[in-house]
Amino acid sequence: MSVLSDMALALASGSVRVVDLTHRLDPDFPVIILPPEFGQCARFRMEEVSAYDHRGPAWKWHNLTLNEHTGTHFDAPVHWISGRDVPNGAVDEIAPENFVGPVVVIDCSEGAAKNDDFELTPEVIEAWEAEHGPIPEGAWVLMRTDWSKREPIDYLNMQEDGPHSPGPTPEAVKALLERGIRGFGAETVGTDAGQGSHYTPPYPAHYFLHGAGKFGLQCLTNLDQLPPTGAILIAAPLKIRGGTGSPLRVLALVPGKAS
Amino acid sequence: MTSPLKPPKKKDPQKRSIVPTLPPLGRSRAALGLTVAAAEGRFALQHCAECGTVQYPPRDACTHCLSVELDWRDTPTGGTVIAETRIHASPDPYFRERLPWRMGTVKLDAGPVALAHLHGDVGRGDRVRLSLHLDKAAQGVIVALPTERTDVMEDDPLMRSLTAHPRHRRILITDARAPVTLPLIHALQKAGASHVFVGEAEAWRRWPGRAAIAALENVSIMPLDVTDADSLQSLAGEIGGKTDILINTARFIRPGGVLGGDTVFARDEMDVNVLGLMRLAQSFGPGMAARTADGTNSAAAFVNILSAHALSPDPGYGVFAASQAAARSLSQTLRAEFSHSGLRMMNVYVGPTDDEWHQPLPPPKVTPAALARSIVDGLIEGLEEVYCGDVARDLAERWRRDPGVLERELTGGGA
Repeated sequence: MSVLSDMALALASGSVRVVDLTHRLDPDFPVIILPPEFGQCARFRMEEVSAYDHRGPAWKWHNLTLNEHTGTHFDAPVHWISGRDVPNGAVDEIAPENFVGPVVVIDCSEGAAKNDDFELTPEVIEAWEAEHGPIPEGAWVLMRTDWSKREPIDYLNMQEDGPHSPGPTPEAVKALLERGIRGFGAETVGTDAGQGSHYTPPYPAHYFLHGAGKFGLQCLTNLDQLPPTGAILIAAPLKIRGGTGSPLRVLALVPGKAS
Repeated sequence: MTSPLKPPKKKDPQKRSIVPTLPPLGRSRAALGLTVAAAEGRFALQHCAECGTVQYPPRDACTHCLSVELDWRDTPTGGTVIAETRIHASPDPYFRERLPWRMGTVKLDAGPVALAHLHGDVGRGDRVRLSLHLDKAAQGVIVALPTERTDVMEDDPLMRSLTAHPRHRRILITDARAPVTLPLIHALQKAGASHVFVGEAEAWRRWPGRAAIAALENVSIMPLDVTDADSLQSLAGEIGGKTDILINTARFIRPGGVLGGDTVFARDEMDVNVLGLMRLAQSFGPGMAARTADGTNSAAAFVNILSAHALSPDPGYGVFAASQAAARSLSQTLRAEFSHSGLRMMNVYVGPTDDEWHQPLPPPKVTPAALARSIVDGLIEGLEEVYCGDVARDLAERWRRDPGVLERELTGGGA
């Protein structure tokens, strides 16, 4: 039997399970907030076009309004100034094999529970590798913080000095890039920490990842259902011409109870 | 003496809510001048430009010299009641429900004799102050008021039907974060509002003024986002039947004209300022329009705050002004649509407001407290067109005189 027919059997038997890492697209889901003089991320909106009524008797459908970076979404290299010249850096240009691949999860939930500004550092990465082995080349690295379980107001956690949420230090992003990762994902509203504008360079995850042609995933959920290693991530953005990112359904294939 | 209005009892759920009826609606083109003046709270009558005769009722020519040069001018408000009639029978459904109805013949100091509705505190022989008010049919009518304020004179049933007084009413303010909202809550409570609902969009964003509003008694913060039809439908389902006055304070504003402007901000301005008004009207309007005769806390007014540059744009805020012109146009359609119900559509025009988006502008700027006062005064007076502050009044006056000249002045053509 081929690998794929084995896979089909494993999915049917439950020895491989599908985990949805996606938040519902909801008008009230937080988006990133920038100073008001800057352009803002559009909120998700649904406008009824018809609902089995005089506007369309047998069908219901909606017009959607949203940003490429609304809800659970994918960041392409051209999203950031450092990645503007990366070849094939827009969502429609990225080769599809990039959208399916191995994933590792670094559990920072304990630290993030104690410290809203918890930092993923090279030391945290090294400690994780000491336990689980080296991060494989081409892997997605997801930072679990359990941030997705927070109430919306504590999720964005906006204070007078800006949002406070966990994220990687510049050194940690560089350390991940040295390992040849595919991309970095987070439960928070961005791949960078809430206070990420105060690092050098500002927003180091965006700056270094996209400059190196890597991808980002944010607003993920259910990371607590993923094993530290051994899962496969399926994250295919919409094929938007020149798109800098895209809302998407992020799925993980994980070993099930029968495996 | 007027007896003070008592707080309304809870409704008897077995009784049908009273359906609004309207006083006679038809007016000649000439008589609409009374309505225009009443909407702004002015007492204006026709003055003959040739012989100076002040005439009432309005006509197409001067009754003294037949000149057709008749100007609507603010007129001295003094008068004396020379006769009083108490009407005990009427075939008109509106008046039948309100009998007996008192009317008086008033000799105006300005000359003519007019038939006027009498406030409960005035009678035959009294000196009175005449005032033009919009009746339930949104037409201007003359009312004879006491010359000096009397106790709770605004609680007189006649006044109650001619105004949108906040007393004993439940009010929805749509945007808690707007700078005007807190002073507006205070002003409404001072005027006797029984409850104030305050809409909050995006509760997931902390903001500094929330605690001050949340701590107030008889104030509830409710989820509401004028850009989200679902949130409006949910809230209308909850409080639509007890929203007596709706005050839309939601506003999106960014400085800038067209060439250097940004269509993303422009879209937000249209979405909040124009479509937001439309969504609010669609979700709350029909319920309010059905409740305009629903006792002491009947639905009374839908209030929209507009920049005075809705009349003629300030190129420094050109796209915002376009949204205001569109919102004004929409409000006029709404006024027509509400006119069959007696629900008042009140526009409050304001000049530059003292807030973050007008921060580099020199004074005069309208403070949030002054805007709040104008809104509540407009409700108490029963107005439909309110100009808050000198800048708005001046712009409106110049616009009335010559919109073309005003446009050239505002766009830099004036010396």
